[in-house]
Amino acid sequence: MEGSGALFRLSGLTVSFDGVTVLHGIDLAIGKGEALGLVGESGSGKSVTWLAALGLLPAKAVVRGSALLEGTELVGAAPATLDRLRGGRVAMIFQDPASALNPVLKVGRQLGEALVLHRGLSGSAIRHEARRLFDLVGIPDAERRLSAYPHEFSGGQNQRVMIAMALAGEPDILVADEPTTALDVTIQAQIIDLINTVRREMGMALVLISHDLGVIAETCDRVAVMYAGRIVEEAPARALFDNPCHPYTRGLLSSLPPLGGARRRLVSIPGVVPDPRSPPVGCAFAPRCAHVGAACVSSVPPLLGLDASRRLACVHHPIEAVVPVTRQFEAA
Amino acid sequence: MTEALIAASDLSRTYGSRRGLFGAVTKVRAVNRVSFRIFPGETLGVVGESGSGKSTLGRMTLGVEPPDEGDVRFKGEAIPAVGTSAWRVQRASMQMIYQDPLGALDRRLPVLAQVREPLDIHSIGAPNARAQLAMDALTRVGLSPDHGRRFPHELSGGQRQRVVLARALMTKPDFLVCDEPVSALDVSIQAQVVNLLVDLQAELGLAMLFISHDLRVVRQVSNRVAVMYLGDFVELGDADDLFAEPLHPYTRALVSAAPVTARAGRSQRIVLKGEPPNPADRPSGCSFHPRCPFAIARCRTEAPALRPAAGGSGRRVACHLVDGVAAPTSLVA
Repeated sequence: MEGSGALFRLSGLTVSFDGVTVLHGIDLAIGKGEALGLVGESGSGKSVTWLAALGLLPAKAVVRGSALLEGTELVGAAPATLDRLRGGRVAMIFQDPASALNPVLKVGRQLGEALVLHRGLSGSAIRHEARRLFDLVGIPDAERRLSAYPHEFSGGQNQRVMIAMALAGEPDILVADEPTTALDVTIQAQIIDLINTVRREMGMALVLISHDLGVIAETCDRVAVMYAGRIVEEAPARALFDNPCHPYTRGLLSSLPPLGGARRRLVSIPGVVPDPRSPPVGCAFAPRCAHVGAACVSSVPPLLGLDASRRLACVHHPIEAVVPVTRQFEAA
Repeated sequence: MTEALIAASDLSRTYGSRRGLFGAVTKVRAVNRVSFRIFPGETLGVVGESGSGKSTLGRMTLGVEPPDEGDVRFKGEAIPAVGTSAWRVQRASMQMIYQDPLGALDRRLPVLAQVREPLDIHSIGAPNARAQLAMDALTRVGLSPDHGRRFPHELSGGQRQRVVLARALMTKPDFLVCDEPVSALDVSIQAQVVNLLVDLQAELGLAMLFISHDLRVVRQVSNRVAVMYLGDFVELGDADDLFAEPLHPYTRALVSAAPVTARAGRSQRIVLKGEPPNPADRPSGCSFHPRCPFAIARCRTEAPALRPAAGGSGRRVACHLVDGVAAPTSLVA
C-alpha cells in the first residue's frame, strides 16, 4: 500500500519500556477498506504496534515515530484528539470480550454510551440504533438482550456485543487483536464470517492481529509478518502463503500440522525468540535460521521492496525466493 | 489381537451445579456413557469444544476422578482406590501432562530436583544414581544440564513443557494422558514439542490419550481420533480417514471450520448456527440436533448410539442419518 492514498500510515514507530526497545521502527500503511493481517508469535510486537499507534500504552512506554490517520498525527496527540478518534474513526476489539465489558452495567447502556459519545444520539434514538446494531451482529431477540448483563452472554455472544460497540462509532478502521483466540472453532467461524460481512457492508478497513495463520489467510488481503519487533515480510495474502520468502515465514508455515494429505514430520524452527533485553547483533532471526551467513550477523537487514507489492527483510533474497519451501527445509 | 492397555466401558460423570447463590442444584452430565480401548503404543486423540467433557474423560481414565458409572481397566485390572499403595504402584505406569507447565512445576525448586522426585517417591534406582538418571531424562527431551539448575520461571514455555514431559517419563510409564499439552505454546515451539512427543512415543512404545481442541495437532499425533460433543463420543475412527472424510454432521462442521492457509482443498465451510448447549440443559434425543442442519424428527426424540458405519474401516458414528445405506454425500444439502 504505497502512495499517498493510505488511510492510516505508521512510519518509524518505535516503542521502548524501561530502556528496552521492543518495537524497532515499524513502517506500515493501510488503505481504505483494506484488510491487513499482522502475524507473529507472542512478543513479536504485533499488539504493541497498534496499542502504541492509538496511544493506549501505559505512561512508562516511550513511543517515537509517527502514526498518521489521514493527516492527523496520533503519536503525542492531545487526549481530547485521541478520545474523539478512538472509538470514532478507529475502533478496537480484543481477545477477551468479557474483561473489556463492564460487568455491572447492562450491555445496552454500554452500547448506548458509545452512541452518545461518537454519534451524538439522544433519547429514543439511542435504543433504536442499539437494537439495529444488535440485529446487525446477529444477536437474536435484541430488545430483551440489551437489558442483559455481560455474564448472561457466552464468550461468542460477548464478542458480538464488542463488535456492535466497535461499529457504534461508524469507524473507518477496525483493529481486531486476536478476536477469536479465546473462542471454540465453530464459534470462531461465526465471528470471522461476521467480521467479513460487516467490513464489506460498511466499507471499513480491518487490521487483524493473530497468531493463527489460517484465520489471517481467510480474512486478509495483505499480510505483514512480524518477528522480534520488526516487520520481516509483507505481501499480498495469496502470494505470501503460496510463496513465502523469509525463512521465518517459511518456518511458521511448515510448523503448522496439515489437516489433510500424508502425515509428515513437522519442520520446527529450532531455538526460541530472542530476549528483547539482549537482542542479537544483525538479523534477529539469524540464531534460529538455517541459512545464516556472515552478512546476517553483521547488520540488521532492511525491509526492502521485492516487487511492487512485496517487501522482505532478508539478505538472502532473491535466491531463496525460488527454492520451494519443503525442499529448502529438508536440505537444512 | 493384543490385549488392550486401557479398556474404559460406559464411563459417566455427573457434576452438581448451582445456578446463582441460592439456586437449586442442577445435574450436569459431563461425560455420558463413553467406552473406548487403547492398545500398547497407540495414541487415541480426543477433540471437542470447551465443555464437551474431554478433560473429565482424561481424569477418569487415570483414576484421578472416580466415574459415577462404568469402569476403567488398566492391563486387564481395575484401578485400585485412590490413596492405596496398590494405586501408587499403578500410577507409576500412568502419567499426565497438563496445558500449563508453570502450574505443574514447583516455582521454588530447580527443575532437576523436580525431575528426580518421581524416582525418590517410587524408589526407583540407587539413590546416588538418581541425579544422573534425571540428567539423562533432561537430555532426552532436548535440555542441557545447565537448564536443570534453573528455576521454572527462568525457562520458556516450551522448555517448561519439556521438563514436565521429562518428569512424566521418569517412572517409565506405559500410558500418558496429555490434556492440551501444546495449546499454550507458539506455533514454532508447538511443532518442536509435537515432534518430541511423537519421537518419544516411538522410542518408548508409549500409549497416549491425547486431548486437544486443535484438530491439526490431534491428527499429527494420533492413530485413532474420537470426537466429543456434550459428553458423548459422536464419531470414532482412524485419524487420517476421519479428517479426510468426516461422517457425523458435527465432525463435518468442525473440520470445515478449521481455517486453512492453502487455496486448494477448501470445501464450502459449514458454519453452525448457535452455540453448544448448556450441559445442564441437555436437548432431548441427539444432543447435537438443535444445531444440526440435517436434523429430522427422529433426532429430537431418540438418542443415536455409537455404531459401526458403512465401509468397514472401523469407523463408528452416532447419527441416525449415517448408516450402512446412506453415503455421506447424501447429507450434503
